[in-house]
Amino acid sequence: MPGETKKSTYLRGLTDALPFVVVVVPFALLFGVVATEAGLPMSQVMGFSFLVVAGASQFAALQFMSENAPILVVLASALAVNLRMAMYSAAITPHLGALSLPRRLIVSYFLVDQSYAMSVAEYEKKPAMPLHLKLAYFAGVSTPICPLWFASTYLGARLGDAIPAEYGLDFAMPIAFLAMVAPALRTPAHIAAAAVSIIASLALTWVPLNLGLLLAGLLAMMTGAEIERRMS
Amino acid sequence: MSYTEAEIWLIMVLMGIGTFLIRFSFLGLIGDHKMPDWVLRHLRYTAVAILPGLVAPLVVWPDATGGTPDPARLAAAGVTLAVGYWSKGVVRAMLAGAATLYGLQFLLG
Repeated sequence: MPGETKKSTYLRGLTDALPFVVVVVPFALLFGVVATEAGLPMSQVMGFSFLVVAGASQFAALQFMSENAPILVVLASALAVNLRMAMYSAAITPHLGALSLPRRLIVSYFLVDQSYAMSVAEYEKKPAMPLHLKLAYFAGVSTPICPLWFASTYLGARLGDAIPAEYGLDFAMPIAFLAMVAPALRTPAHIAAAAVSIIASLALTWVPLNLGLLLAGLLAMMTGAEIERRMS
Repeated sequence: MSYTEAEIWLIMVLMGIGTFLIRFSFLGLIGDHKMPDWVLRHLRYTAVAILPGLVAPLVVWPDATGGTPDPARLAAAGVTLAVGYWSKGVVRAMLAGAATLYGLQFLLG
């Protein structure tokens, strides 16, 4: 990008990610509250958010733990929820795969729904972006998201059940994810993929361990790729 | 919950390692190697293939209503998608969706 420096790209990523504060904060607060109510001490509540950094799977683990499920079942279900991140990892590899190993390790730790979706959308808008700017953008996007995840978990654990459950905050995540996806529906192939994703995921909710979502995702990717191939 | 403290830490650490390895998988193993065109063609659709499916059940059967479809949430999701699609603005879409949700919740009680 002519005229773009590492710093300006980093700051742009940071500002682009700011709206997602409204997703991360309530989600992490809620995890802190629920985990504390389930009986976990502060050290373990925070341990989860630092070691796992993946909200949906943390909730899944809590759910199974409160039912006293065998440890292997807890792990399998929670990790199944995170399998979608393998697809994120694959999708970001054409852009960031050339980074050094230590940097790829660090990027992997911070590869969450928002950092993945925002970064890849940016890279696709600007295919000529050099590697160091791509990394700067990723770092910018991750900056408000991950620390807030930790801080809000802490706050939630502190507040306990002082937060009213009924503020419609449960809906912050669906709205944010739909808002991220909608501008990416650039071609009929993208729209068809999204439609297949929705229909298949609703039809496959009976599949155990959240694997229905992965099947739906694969079907949707095949749909998008096939339409693109026929149209080109 | 009837796990020992050590068991909870074990779950947490293994979950952390497992999640990290999932995230690192392709980035770590493939790195700079070129992927075939057909793979790249599929990967271009990852976001639109996963995120809508991830939220669809939450939109149609929200936990907050005990799984009963809720007109305010359905409308909010529709407005978010429509505004995001036509305006290409993530923030505008989120604000429109939130306004729809709160507006309808207020009107419908």
